[in-house]
Amino acid sequence: MSYALIDCNAFYCSCERVYRPWLKDVPVVVLSNNDGCVIARTREAKRLGIPMGAPYFQWRQRLRQWGVAVFSSNYELYGEMSARVMATLEGLFPKVKVYSIDEAFADLAGLPGDLEALGQRARERVWRWTGLPVGVGIGPTKTLAKLANWAAKTWGKCGGVVDLRDPLRRERLLRIAEVGEVWGVGRRLSARLAPLGIRSAWDLAHFEPATLRRHFSVVLEKTARELRGIPCLEPEEAAPRQTICTSRMFGRRLHELAPIREALASYASTAAEKLRRQGSLAGALQVAIRTGMHAPGEPRYCGVMPCPLPYPTDDTRVLVDAALRGLEAIYRPGFAYSKAEVLLLDLRRRGEFTGDLFAPRPRPGADRLMATIDRINARQGRGSIRLGRVPAEPAWAMRRELMSQRYTTCWDELLQVS
Amino acid sequence: MQAQIIGRLDPATAPAVYYEAWVPAGFPSPAGDYQEQCLSLDDLVGLRAPHTYLVRVRGDSMIEAGIHDGDILVVDRSLEPRPGCIVIAHVHGELTVKTLRRDAAGGLWLVPANPDYAPLAVEPDSLEVWGVVTCNLHFHARP
Repeated sequence: MSYALIDCNAFYCSCERVYRPWLKDVPVVVLSNNDGCVIARTREAKRLGIPMGAPYFQWRQRLRQWGVAVFSSNYELYGEMSARVMATLEGLFPKVKVYSIDEAFADLAGLPGDLEALGQRARERVWRWTGLPVGVGIGPTKTLAKLANWAAKTWGKCGGVVDLRDPLRRERLLRIAEVGEVWGVGRRLSARLAPLGIRSAWDLAHFEPATLRRHFSVVLEKTARELRGIPCLEPEEAAPRQTICTSRMFGRRLHELAPIREALASYASTAAEKLRRQGSLAGALQVAIRTGMHAPGEPRYCGVMPCPLPYPTDDTRVLVDAALRGLEAIYRPGFAYSKAEVLLLDLRRRGEFTGDLFAPRPRPGADRLMATIDRINARQGRGSIRLGRVPAEPAWAMRRELMSQRYTTCWDELLQVS
Repeated sequence: MQAQIIGRLDPATAPAVYYEAWVPAGFPSPAGDYQEQCLSLDDLVGLRAPHTYLVRVRGDSMIEAGIHDGDILVVDRSLEPRPGCIVIAHVHGELTVKTLRRDAAGGLWLVPANPDYAPLAVEPDSLEVWGVVTCNLHFHARP
Protein backbone atom coordinates (compact mmCIF):
# COMPACT_ATOMS: atom_id res chain seq x y z
CA MET A 1 0.00 0.00 0.00
CA SER A 2 1.27 3.46 -0.77
CA TYR A 3 0.04 6.97 -1.35
CA ALA A 4 1.17 10.09 -3.13
CA LEU A 5 0.35 13.55 -1.85
CA ILE A 6 0.42 16.11 -4.64
CA ASP A 7 0.46 19.66 -3.40
CA CYS A 8 0.73 22.96 -5.27
CA ASN A 9 3.52 25.25 -4.11
CA ALA A 10 2.23 28.59 -2.78
CA PHE A 11 -0.95 27.82 -4.68
CA TYR A 12 -2.74 31.18 -4.66
CA CYS A 13 0.44 33.06 -5.55
CA SER A 14 1.35 30.57 -8.25
CA CYS A 15 -2.10 31.01 -9.84
CA GLU A 16 -1.38 34.72 -10.13
CA ARG A 17 1.99 33.97 -11.70
CA VAL A 18 0.48 31.74 -14.40
CA TYR A 19 -1.15 34.79 -15.92
CA ARG A 20 1.82 37.07 -15.25
CA PRO A 21 4.91 35.06 -16.13
CA TRP A 22 7.16 38.06 -15.55
CA LEU A 23 6.59 37.64 -11.81
CA LYS A 24 8.61 34.42 -11.92
CA ASP A 25 11.33 35.55 -9.51
CA VAL A 26 9.41 38.39 -7.89
CA PRO A 27 8.07 37.90 -4.33
CA VAL A 28 4.28 37.53 -4.42
CA VAL A 29 1.72 37.56 -1.60
CA VAL A 30 -2.04 37.13 -1.62
CA LEU A 31 -4.33 38.82 0.91
CA SER A 32 -7.41 37.47 2.66
CA ASN A 33 -10.94 38.74 1.99
CA ASN A 34 -11.19 42.52 2.26
CA ASP A 35 -7.40 42.66 2.00
CA GLY A 36 -7.05 41.98 5.72
CA CYS A 37 -3.84 40.00 5.99
CA VAL A 38 -1.34 37.87 4.09
CA ILE A 39 -2.65 34.34 3.49
CA ALA A 40 -0.22 33.09 0.86
CA ARG A 41 3.45 33.78 0.17
CA THR A 42 5.97 32.63 -2.37
CA ARG A 43 9.37 31.36 -1.28
CA GLU A 44 10.87 34.79 -2.11
CA ALA A 45 8.27 36.52 0.09
CA LYS A 46 8.99 34.12 2.97
CA ARG A 47 12.69 34.90 2.68
CA LEU A 48 11.90 38.59 3.14
CA GLY A 49 10.48 37.65 6.54
CA ILE A 50 6.84 38.37 5.75
CA PRO A 51 4.90 36.19 8.21
CA MET A 52 1.69 34.35 7.48
CA GLY A 53 -1.20 36.50 8.70
CA ALA A 54 0.77 39.75 8.46
CA PRO A 55 -1.83 42.56 8.63
CA TYR A 56 -1.72 44.37 5.31
CA PHE A 57 -2.13 47.87 6.71
CA GLN A 58 0.99 47.38 8.86
CA TRP A 59 3.10 45.91 6.08
CA ARG A 60 1.91 47.89 3.08
CA GLN A 61 4.82 50.33 3.19
CA ARG A 62 7.50 47.65 3.40
CA LEU A 63 5.88 45.48 0.74
CA ARG A 64 5.97 48.41 -1.64
CA GLN A 65 9.61 49.23 -0.83
CA TRP A 66 10.66 45.62 -1.41
CA GLY A 67 8.80 45.42 -4.70
CA VAL A 68 6.49 42.64 -3.53
CA ALA A 69 3.59 41.95 -5.89
CA VAL A 70 0.41 42.00 -3.76
CA PHE A 71 -2.91 40.48 -4.82
CA SER A 72 -6.39 40.31 -3.30
CA SER A 73 -7.71 36.78 -3.16
CA ASN A 74 -9.41 35.69 -6.36
CA TYR A 75 -11.27 32.54 -5.37
CA GLU A 76 -12.89 32.23 -8.80
CA LEU A 77 -9.48 31.95 -10.40
CA TYR A 78 -8.03 29.65 -7.74
CA GLY A 79 -11.04 27.36 -7.79
CA GLU A 80 -10.91 27.09 -11.55
CA MET A 81 -7.16 26.46 -11.61
CA SER A 82 -7.62 23.90 -8.85
CA ALA A 83 -10.16 22.04 -10.97
CA ARG A 84 -7.66 22.01 -13.83
CA VAL A 85 -4.97 20.53 -11.59
CA MET A 86 -7.30 17.84 -10.24
CA ALA A 87 -8.57 16.92 -13.71
CA THR A 88 -4.97 16.64 -14.89
CA LEU A 89 -4.10 14.35 -11.97
CA GLU A 90 -7.10 12.17 -12.68
CA GLY A 91 -5.67 11.51 -16.10
CA LEU A 92 -2.57 10.04 -14.44
CA PHE A 93 -3.80 8.27 -11.31
CA PRO A 94 -6.83 5.96 -11.19
CA LYS A 95 -7.81 6.97 -7.65
CA VAL A 96 -7.49 10.63 -6.71
CA LYS A 97 -8.96 12.07 -3.54
CA VAL A 98 -9.08 15.86 -3.44
CA TYR A 99 -8.04 16.88 0.03
CA SER A 100 -8.19 20.66 -0.31
CA ILE A 101 -8.10 23.32 -2.98
CA ASP A 102 -4.41 22.75 -3.60
CA GLU A 103 -3.66 19.17 -2.60
CA ALA A 104 -4.83 15.68 -3.43
CA PHE A 105 -3.98 12.15 -2.35
CA ALA A 106 -3.50 9.51 -5.02
CA ASP A 107 -3.84 5.87 -4.02
CA LEU A 108 -0.89 4.12 -5.64
CA ALA A 109 -1.91 0.59 -4.64
CA GLY A 110 -1.47 -1.80 -7.55
CA LEU A 111 0.13 0.73 -9.89
CA PRO A 112 2.92 -0.91 -11.88
CA GLY A 113 6.29 0.60 -12.67
CA ASP A 114 8.53 3.21 -11.13
CA LEU A 115 6.38 5.33 -8.82
CA GLU A 116 9.01 8.03 -8.46
CA ALA A 117 9.04 8.42 -12.25
CA LEU A 118 5.25 8.59 -12.19
CA GLY A 119 5.53 11.39 -9.63
CA GLN A 120 7.92 13.22 -11.93
CA ARG A 121 5.51 12.79 -14.81
CA ALA A 122 2.66 14.23 -12.72
CA ARG A 123 4.80 17.23 -11.83
CA GLU A 124 5.76 17.85 -15.42
CA ARG A 125 2.26 17.46 -16.76
CA VAL A 126 0.63 19.75 -14.20
CA TRP A 127 3.36 22.31 -14.80
CA ARG A 128 2.88 22.16 -18.52
CA TRP A 129 -0.92 22.09 -18.63
CA THR A 130 -1.56 24.65 -15.90
CA GLY A 131 1.71 26.48 -15.25
CA LEU A 132 1.49 25.55 -11.56
CA PRO A 133 4.44 24.03 -9.69
CA VAL A 134 3.59 20.99 -7.56
CA GLY A 135 5.54 18.79 -5.19
CA VAL A 136 4.94 15.06 -4.87
CA GLY A 137 5.46 13.04 -1.70
CA ILE A 138 5.22 9.26 -1.76
CA GLY A 139 4.94 7.02 1.27
CA PRO A 140 3.34 3.87 2.66
CA THR A 141 0.92 6.00 4.73
CA LYS A 142 -0.79 9.31 4.17
CA THR A 143 1.13 10.92 7.03
CA LEU A 144 4.43 9.83 5.47
CA ALA A 145 3.31 10.96 2.01
CA LYS A 146 2.55 14.35 3.53
CA LEU A 147 5.94 14.52 5.23
CA ALA A 148 7.63 13.43 2.00
CA ASN A 149 5.83 16.26 0.26
CA TRP A 150 7.17 18.71 2.83
CA ALA A 151 10.67 17.38 2.17
CA ALA A 152 10.18 17.72 -1.59
CA LYS A 153 9.31 21.38 -1.12
CA THR A 154 12.02 22.12 1.41
CA TRP A 155 14.99 20.61 -0.44
CA GLY A 156 15.15 21.78 -4.03
CA LYS A 157 17.70 19.15 -4.97
CA CYS A 158 15.07 16.40 -4.55
CA GLY A 159 13.64 17.50 -7.88
CA GLY A 160 10.19 17.99 -6.40
CA VAL A 161 9.54 14.30 -5.71
CA VAL A 162 10.43 12.44 -2.51
CA ASP A 163 9.72 8.74 -2.05
CA LEU A 164 9.75 7.48 1.55
CA ARG A 165 8.90 3.85 0.92
CA ASP A 166 12.50 2.88 1.59
CA PRO A 167 12.91 2.42 5.40
CA LEU A 168 16.47 3.77 5.49
CA ARG A 169 15.57 6.94 3.69
CA ARG A 170 12.52 7.24 5.90
CA GLU A 171 14.59 7.06 9.07
CA ARG A 172 16.99 9.70 7.77
CA LEU A 173 14.17 12.14 7.09
CA LEU A 174 12.24 11.43 10.31
CA ARG A 175 15.37 12.19 12.34
CA ILE A 176 15.90 15.62 10.79
CA ALA A 177 12.23 16.69 10.52
CA GLU A 178 10.98 18.68 13.49
CA VAL A 179 7.85 17.18 14.98
CA GLY A 180 5.92 20.36 14.10
CA GLU A 181 6.23 19.44 10.41
CA VAL A 182 4.21 16.26 10.92
CA TRP A 183 0.66 16.34 9.55
CA GLY A 184 -1.76 17.42 12.27
CA VAL A 185 0.87 18.27 14.90
CA GLY A 186 1.60 21.95 14.38
CA ARG A 187 3.20 24.54 16.61
CA ARG A 188 1.02 24.39 19.70
CA LEU A 189 1.10 20.64 20.02
CA SER A 190 4.86 20.47 19.44
CA ALA A 191 5.34 22.87 22.37
CA ARG A 192 3.49 20.37 24.56
CA LEU A 193 5.50 17.47 23.18
CA ALA A 194 8.89 19.08 23.85
CA PRO A 195 8.87 18.42 27.65
CA LEU A 196 8.47 14.70 26.87
CA GLY A 197 11.61 14.85 24.79
CA ILE A 198 9.71 14.59 21.50
CA ARG A 199 11.45 16.98 19.15
CA SER A 200 11.77 15.17 15.85
CA ALA A 201 9.28 13.16 13.85
CA TRP A 202 11.43 10.14 14.72
CA ASP A 203 10.91 10.80 18.47
CA LEU A 204 7.16 10.86 17.96
CA ALA A 205 7.16 7.71 15.84
CA HIS A 206 8.90 5.74 18.56
CA PHE A 207 7.26 7.18 21.65
CA GLU A 208 5.23 4.88 23.82
CA PRO A 209 1.74 4.68 22.19
CA ALA A 210 -0.29 4.34 25.40
CA THR A 211 1.17 7.57 26.79
CA LEU A 212 0.38 9.43 23.59
CA ARG A 213 -3.21 8.28 23.79
CA ARG A 214 -3.60 9.08 27.46
CA HIS A 215 -1.95 12.51 27.45
CA PHE A 216 -2.98 13.67 24.01
CA SER A 217 -5.38 11.85 21.71
CA VAL A 218 -6.09 8.73 19.73
CA VAL A 219 -5.33 10.74 16.63
CA LEU A 220 -1.79 11.49 17.79
CA GLU A 221 -1.23 7.84 18.61
CA LYS A 222 -2.40 6.94 15.12
CA THR A 223 -0.14 9.62 13.66
CA ALA A 224 2.85 8.03 15.42
CA ARG A 225 1.90 4.64 14.01
CA GLU A 226 1.55 6.11 10.54
CA LEU A 227 5.06 7.53 10.84
CA ARG A 228 6.24 3.97 11.44
CA GLY A 229 4.65 3.00 8.14
CA ILE A 230 1.38 1.48 9.40
CA PRO A 231 -1.64 3.03 7.66
CA CYS A 232 -4.46 3.84 10.09
CA LEU A 233 -5.51 7.45 9.52
CA GLU A 234 -8.29 8.85 7.40
CA PRO A 235 -7.48 12.34 6.13
CA GLU A 236 -10.59 13.70 7.83
CA GLU A 237 -9.09 12.90 11.22
CA ALA A 238 -6.05 15.14 11.03
CA ALA A 239 -5.94 18.90 11.53
CA PRO A 240 -8.81 21.41 11.20
CA ARG A 241 -9.14 22.24 7.55
CA GLN A 242 -9.12 25.44 5.61
CA THR A 243 -11.25 23.98 2.88
CA ILE A 244 -13.72 21.11 2.85
CA CYS A 245 -14.24 19.05 -0.22
CA THR A 246 -16.80 16.36 -0.91
CA SER A 247 -16.20 14.73 -4.24
CA ARG A 248 -17.23 11.33 -5.42
CA MET A 249 -17.43 9.23 -8.53
CA PHE A 250 -20.98 8.31 -9.47
CA GLY A 251 -21.97 4.65 -9.35
CA ARG A 252 -22.23 4.87 -13.10
CA ARG A 253 -22.13 7.56 -15.76
CA LEU A 254 -24.98 10.07 -15.46
CA HIS A 255 -26.34 12.00 -18.42
CA GLU A 256 -29.43 13.80 -17.13
CA LEU A 257 -29.60 16.76 -14.81
CA ALA A 258 -32.01 15.28 -12.26
CA PRO A 259 -29.81 12.53 -10.77
CA ILE A 260 -26.78 14.82 -10.76
CA ARG A 261 -28.85 17.35 -8.85
CA GLU A 262 -29.67 14.70 -6.28
CA ALA A 263 -26.03 13.67 -6.00
CA LEU A 264 -24.84 17.24 -5.62
CA ALA A 265 -27.47 17.99 -2.96
CA SER A 266 -26.28 14.97 -1.06
CA TYR A 267 -22.59 15.97 -1.38
CA ALA A 268 -23.37 19.50 -0.23
CA SER A 269 -25.22 18.04 2.78
CA THR A 270 -22.19 15.90 3.63
CA ALA A 271 -19.86 18.86 3.28
CA ALA A 272 -22.15 20.89 5.56
CA GLU A 273 -21.96 18.14 8.18
CA LYS A 274 -18.16 18.12 8.03
CA LEU A 275 -18.22 21.88 8.35
CA ARG A 276 -20.38 21.80 11.49
CA ARG A 277 -18.31 19.00 12.99
CA GLN A 278 -15.25 21.21 13.02
CA GLY A 279 -17.28 24.22 14.14
CA SER A 280 -16.62 26.41 11.10
CA LEU A 281 -18.66 28.57 8.75
CA ALA A 282 -18.09 28.65 4.98
CA GLY A 283 -17.68 32.00 3.26
CA ALA A 284 -17.72 30.60 -0.26
CA LEU A 285 -18.83 27.50 -2.11
CA GLN A 286 -17.87 26.00 -5.43
CA VAL A 287 -19.35 23.15 -7.45
CA ALA A 288 -17.76 21.12 -10.20
CA ILE A 289 -18.93 18.30 -12.43
CA ARG A 290 -16.88 16.35 -14.92
CA THR A 291 -16.83 13.47 -17.32
CA GLY A 292 -14.28 10.66 -17.16
CA MET A 293 -10.76 11.72 -18.10
CA HIS A 294 -9.54 8.26 -19.19
CA ALA A 295 -11.97 6.80 -21.68
CA PRO A 296 -10.55 7.32 -25.17
CA GLY A 297 -12.87 8.91 -27.67
CA GLU A 298 -15.37 9.99 -25.04
CA PRO A 299 -15.94 13.75 -25.09
CA ARG A 300 -14.51 15.39 -21.99
CA TYR A 301 -16.09 18.17 -20.05
CA CYS A 302 -15.27 19.79 -16.80
CA GLY A 303 -17.45 22.60 -15.46
CA VAL A 304 -16.67 24.67 -12.39
CA MET A 305 -18.74 27.40 -10.82
CA PRO A 306 -18.19 29.52 -7.73
CA CYS A 307 -21.54 30.08 -6.00
CA PRO A 308 -22.08 33.15 -3.88
CA LEU A 309 -23.36 32.64 -0.33
CA PRO A 310 -25.54 35.34 1.23
CA TYR A 311 -23.51 35.17 4.45
CA PRO A 312 -20.91 32.86 6.05
CA THR A 313 -22.96 29.83 7.02
CA ASP A 314 -23.13 26.16 7.99
CA ASP A 315 -26.82 25.83 7.16
CA THR A 316 -27.36 22.80 4.93
CA ARG A 317 -30.32 24.46 3.22
CA VAL A 318 -28.37 27.55 2.19
CA LEU A 319 -25.37 25.53 1.00
CA VAL A 320 -27.47 23.06 -1.01
CA ASP A 321 -29.39 25.93 -2.61
CA ALA A 322 -26.20 27.65 -3.69
CA ALA A 323 -24.70 24.40 -5.01
CA LEU A 324 -27.77 23.59 -7.11
CA ARG A 325 -27.86 27.05 -8.59
CA GLY A 326 -24.23 26.60 -9.59
CA LEU A 327 -25.03 23.22 -11.11
CA GLU A 328 -27.76 24.74 -13.31
CA ALA A 329 -25.15 27.03 -14.79
CA ILE A 330 -22.51 24.40 -15.60
CA TYR A 331 -24.61 21.37 -16.55
CA ARG A 332 -24.55 20.70 -20.27
CA PRO A 333 -26.47 17.90 -21.93
CA GLY A 334 -24.77 15.32 -24.10
CA PHE A 335 -21.99 14.23 -21.74
CA ALA A 336 -21.46 11.13 -19.64
CA TYR A 337 -20.73 12.60 -16.22
CA SER A 338 -18.66 10.54 -13.84
CA LYS A 339 -18.03 12.81 -10.89
CA ALA A 340 -19.29 15.82 -8.96
CA GLU A 341 -17.66 17.89 -6.29
CA VAL A 342 -18.64 20.45 -3.65
CA LEU A 343 -15.91 22.60 -2.24
CA LEU A 344 -16.37 24.85 0.81
CA LEU A 345 -13.87 27.70 0.93
CA ASP A 346 -12.93 30.65 3.04
CA LEU A 347 -13.68 28.77 6.27
CA ARG A 348 -13.68 30.61 9.53
CA ARG A 349 -14.53 29.98 13.14
CA ARG A 350 -17.96 30.94 14.38
CA GLY A 351 -17.99 34.54 15.54
CA GLU A 352 -14.91 35.31 13.48
CA PHE A 353 -16.83 37.40 10.99
CA THR A 354 -18.50 40.77 11.23
CA GLY A 355 -21.99 40.72 9.82
CA ASP A 356 -22.75 42.94 6.86
CA LEU A 357 -25.47 45.37 7.85
CA PHE A 358 -27.13 45.13 4.44
CA ALA A 359 -26.68 41.42 3.78
CA PRO A 360 -29.62 39.09 4.32
CA ARG A 361 -29.82 37.66 7.82
CA PRO A 362 -29.46 33.97 8.62
CA ARG A 363 -32.75 32.17 9.02
CA PRO A 364 -33.94 32.29 12.63
CA GLY A 365 -33.32 29.11 14.57
CA ALA A 366 -31.00 27.70 11.89
CA ASP A 367 -28.26 26.87 14.40
CA ARG A 368 -30.57 24.93 16.67
CA LEU A 369 -32.19 23.14 13.75
CA MET A 370 -28.84 22.03 12.33
CA ALA A 371 -27.58 20.93 15.75
CA THR A 372 -30.75 18.88 16.25
CA ILE A 373 -30.47 17.26 12.83
CA ASP A 374 -26.85 16.33 13.48
CA ARG A 375 -27.78 14.83 16.86
CA ILE A 376 -30.59 12.73 15.40
CA ASN A 377 -28.45 11.56 12.48
CA ALA A 378 -25.66 10.66 14.87
CA ARG A 379 -28.04 8.47 16.83
CA GLN A 380 -30.35 7.10 14.12
CA GLY A 381 -27.82 6.75 11.36
CA ARG A 382 -26.61 9.03 8.64
CA GLY A 383 -29.28 10.51 6.40
CA SER A 384 -32.18 9.75 8.75
CA ILE A 385 -33.10 13.41 8.45
CA ARG A 386 -32.17 15.01 5.15
CA LEU A 387 -33.46 17.50 2.62
CA GLY A 388 -36.28 16.28 0.40
CA ARG A 389 -33.98 16.69 -2.59
CA VAL A 390 -31.69 13.93 -1.41
CA PRO A 391 -33.20 10.51 -2.10
CA ALA A 392 -32.68 7.60 0.27
CA GLU A 393 -31.79 5.30 -2.61
CA PRO A 394 -30.81 7.19 -5.74
CA ALA A 395 -32.33 5.91 -8.96
CA TRP A 396 -30.17 6.22 -12.07
CA ALA A 397 -30.80 7.42 -15.57
CA MET A 398 -32.20 5.06 -18.19
CA ARG A 399 -29.99 3.33 -20.74
CA ARG A 400 -30.24 3.78 -24.49
CA GLU A 401 -28.33 0.97 -26.10
CA LEU A 402 -30.11 0.68 -29.45
CA MET A 403 -29.07 3.96 -30.92
CA SER A 404 -28.32 4.87 -34.52
CA GLN A 405 -25.82 7.52 -35.52
CA ARG A 406 -26.51 10.93 -34.06
CA TYR A 407 -26.64 12.78 -37.34
CA THR A 408 -27.60 16.15 -36.03
CA THR A 409 -26.11 16.19 -32.58
CA CYS A 410 -22.60 14.79 -32.82
CA TRP A 411 -19.64 16.04 -34.87
CA ASP A 412 -18.32 12.55 -35.47
CA GLU A 413 -21.61 11.15 -36.68
CA LEU A 414 -22.81 13.70 -39.23
CA LEU A 415 -24.42 12.28 -42.36
CA GLN A 416 -21.79 11.79 -45.06
CA VAL A 417 -22.49 12.47 -48.74
CA SER A 418 -20.07 11.96 -51.59
CA MET B 1 0.60 43.05 -30.48
CA GLN B 2 -0.25 41.99 -26.98
CA ALA B 3 -2.33 39.07 -25.87
CA GLN B 4 -4.44 39.68 -22.82
CA ILE B 5 -5.70 36.60 -21.02
CA ILE B 6 -9.40 36.74 -20.29
CA GLY B 7 -10.04 33.31 -18.78
CA ARG B 8 -12.70 30.91 -19.88
CA LEU B 9 -16.00 31.58 -21.53
CA ASP B 10 -19.02 31.65 -19.29
CA PRO B 11 -20.15 28.01 -19.21
CA ALA B 12 -23.71 29.25 -18.78
CA THR B 13 -23.87 30.52 -22.33
CA ALA B 14 -26.49 28.37 -23.94
CA PRO B 15 -25.22 26.29 -26.87
CA ALA B 16 -27.30 26.23 -30.02
CA VAL B 17 -29.88 23.48 -30.01
CA TYR B 18 -30.59 22.01 -33.40
CA TYR B 19 -33.52 19.75 -34.02
CA GLU B 20 -36.44 19.40 -36.35
CA ALA B 21 -39.83 19.70 -34.85
CA TRP B 22 -42.57 19.01 -37.33
CA VAL B 23 -45.79 18.60 -35.45
CA PRO B 24 -48.30 16.60 -37.50
CA ALA B 25 -51.79 17.46 -36.34
CA GLY B 26 -52.99 15.11 -33.65
CA PHE B 27 -49.88 12.94 -33.65
CA PRO B 28 -47.09 13.68 -31.14
CA SER B 29 -43.52 13.34 -32.43
CA PRO B 30 -41.79 10.31 -30.96
CA ALA B 31 -38.52 12.24 -31.36
CA GLY B 32 -39.75 14.75 -28.82
CA ASP B 33 -38.08 12.89 -25.98
CA TYR B 34 -34.63 12.97 -27.54
CA GLN B 35 -34.02 16.65 -28.16
CA GLU B 36 -31.60 17.43 -25.35
CA GLN B 37 -28.40 17.02 -27.35
CA CYS B 38 -26.71 19.77 -29.30
CA LEU B 39 -23.73 20.72 -31.40
CA SER B 40 -21.14 22.40 -29.28
CA LEU B 41 -18.39 24.79 -30.27
CA ASP B 42 -16.86 24.09 -26.86
CA ASP B 43 -16.27 20.48 -27.81
CA LEU B 44 -15.04 21.34 -31.27
CA VAL B 45 -12.22 23.47 -29.89
CA GLY B 46 -11.65 21.34 -26.78
CA LEU B 47 -12.60 24.18 -24.50
CA ARG B 48 -13.26 21.98 -21.46
CA ALA B 49 -9.94 20.17 -21.39
CA PRO B 50 -7.85 21.21 -18.38
CA HIS B 51 -5.10 22.43 -20.71
CA THR B 52 -7.27 24.73 -22.88
CA TYR B 53 -7.30 28.48 -22.26
CA LEU B 54 -8.80 31.50 -23.99
CA VAL B 55 -6.94 34.70 -24.68
CA ARG B 56 -8.01 37.89 -26.39
CA VAL B 57 -5.90 39.58 -29.05
CA ARG B 58 -4.86 43.19 -28.78
CA GLY B 59 -3.20 44.96 -31.72
CA ASP B 60 -2.66 44.03 -35.35
CA SER B 61 0.78 42.41 -35.55
CA MET B 62 -0.77 39.14 -36.79
CA ILE B 63 -3.31 40.70 -39.12
CA GLU B 64 -2.06 38.88 -42.23
CA ALA B 65 -2.54 35.57 -40.45
CA GLY B 66 -6.20 36.55 -40.07
CA ILE B 67 -5.84 37.42 -36.39
CA HIS B 68 -7.47 40.76 -35.67
CA ASP B 69 -7.61 43.09 -32.73
CA GLY B 70 -10.28 41.82 -30.32
CA ASP B 71 -10.28 38.23 -31.58
CA ILE B 72 -10.36 35.39 -29.07
CA LEU B 73 -7.75 32.68 -29.39
CA VAL B 74 -8.09 29.14 -28.12
CA VAL B 75 -4.76 28.13 -26.62
CA ASP B 76 -3.63 24.60 -25.82
CA ARG B 77 -0.85 24.28 -23.27
CA SER B 78 -0.40 20.57 -23.76
CA LEU B 79 0.94 20.88 -27.31
CA GLU B 80 4.63 20.90 -28.10
CA PRO B 81 5.47 24.27 -29.71
CA ARG B 82 7.03 23.47 -33.08
CA PRO B 83 8.31 25.79 -35.80
CA GLY B 84 5.33 26.93 -37.84
CA CYS B 85 2.97 27.04 -34.85
CA ILE B 86 1.32 30.24 -33.79
CA VAL B 87 2.26 30.57 -30.13
CA ILE B 88 1.67 32.74 -27.11
CA ALA B 89 5.13 33.60 -25.79
CA HIS B 90 6.43 35.59 -22.87
CA VAL B 91 8.83 38.26 -24.10
CA HIS B 92 10.20 41.09 -21.96
CA GLY B 93 7.34 41.18 -19.46
CA GLU B 94 4.64 40.83 -22.08
CA LEU B 95 2.60 37.99 -23.56
CA THR B 96 2.70 38.13 -27.33
CA VAL B 97 1.17 36.09 -30.16
CA LYS B 98 3.55 35.31 -33.03
CA THR B 99 4.49 32.51 -35.39
CA LEU B 100 7.42 30.40 -34.20
CA ARG B 101 9.98 29.88 -36.97
CA ARG B 102 13.36 28.24 -37.28
CA ASP B 103 15.85 29.64 -39.81
CA ALA B 104 18.36 27.68 -41.88
CA ALA B 105 21.04 28.22 -39.22
CA GLY B 106 18.77 26.75 -36.56
CA GLY B 107 17.98 30.12 -34.92
CA LEU B 108 14.50 30.59 -33.44
CA TRP B 109 12.31 33.57 -34.32
CA LEU B 110 8.99 34.96 -33.24
CA VAL B 111 7.62 36.25 -36.52
CA PRO B 112 4.72 38.72 -36.83
CA ALA B 113 2.29 38.64 -39.75
CA ASN B 114 2.42 42.34 -40.51
CA PRO B 115 5.17 44.16 -42.50
CA ASP B 116 5.12 47.02 -39.97
CA TYR B 117 6.59 44.76 -37.28
CA ALA B 118 10.05 43.17 -37.15
CA PRO B 119 10.69 39.52 -36.35
CA LEU B 120 12.27 38.89 -32.98
CA ALA B 121 15.20 36.52 -32.53
CA VAL B 122 14.95 34.42 -29.36
CA GLU B 123 17.49 32.27 -27.58
CA PRO B 124 16.22 28.70 -27.31
CA ASP B 125 16.98 28.76 -23.57
CA SER B 126 15.07 31.95 -22.87
CA LEU B 127 12.07 31.15 -25.06
CA GLU B 128 9.04 30.87 -22.82
CA VAL B 129 6.06 29.56 -24.74
CA TRP B 130 2.82 29.95 -22.76
CA GLY B 131 0.76 27.85 -25.14
CA VAL B 132 0.05 26.95 -28.73
CA VAL B 133 -2.84 28.65 -30.56
CA THR B 134 -5.26 26.11 -32.00
CA CYS B 135 -8.17 28.30 -33.08
CA ASN B 136 -9.14 31.90 -33.65
CA LEU B 137 -12.63 33.22 -32.93
CA HIS B 138 -13.29 36.22 -35.11
CA PHE B 139 -16.72 37.77 -35.23
CA HIS B 140 -17.94 39.29 -38.50
CA ALA B 141 -21.12 40.49 -36.88
CA ARG B 142 -22.16 40.41 -33.26
CA PRO B 143 -24.85 37.82 -32.67
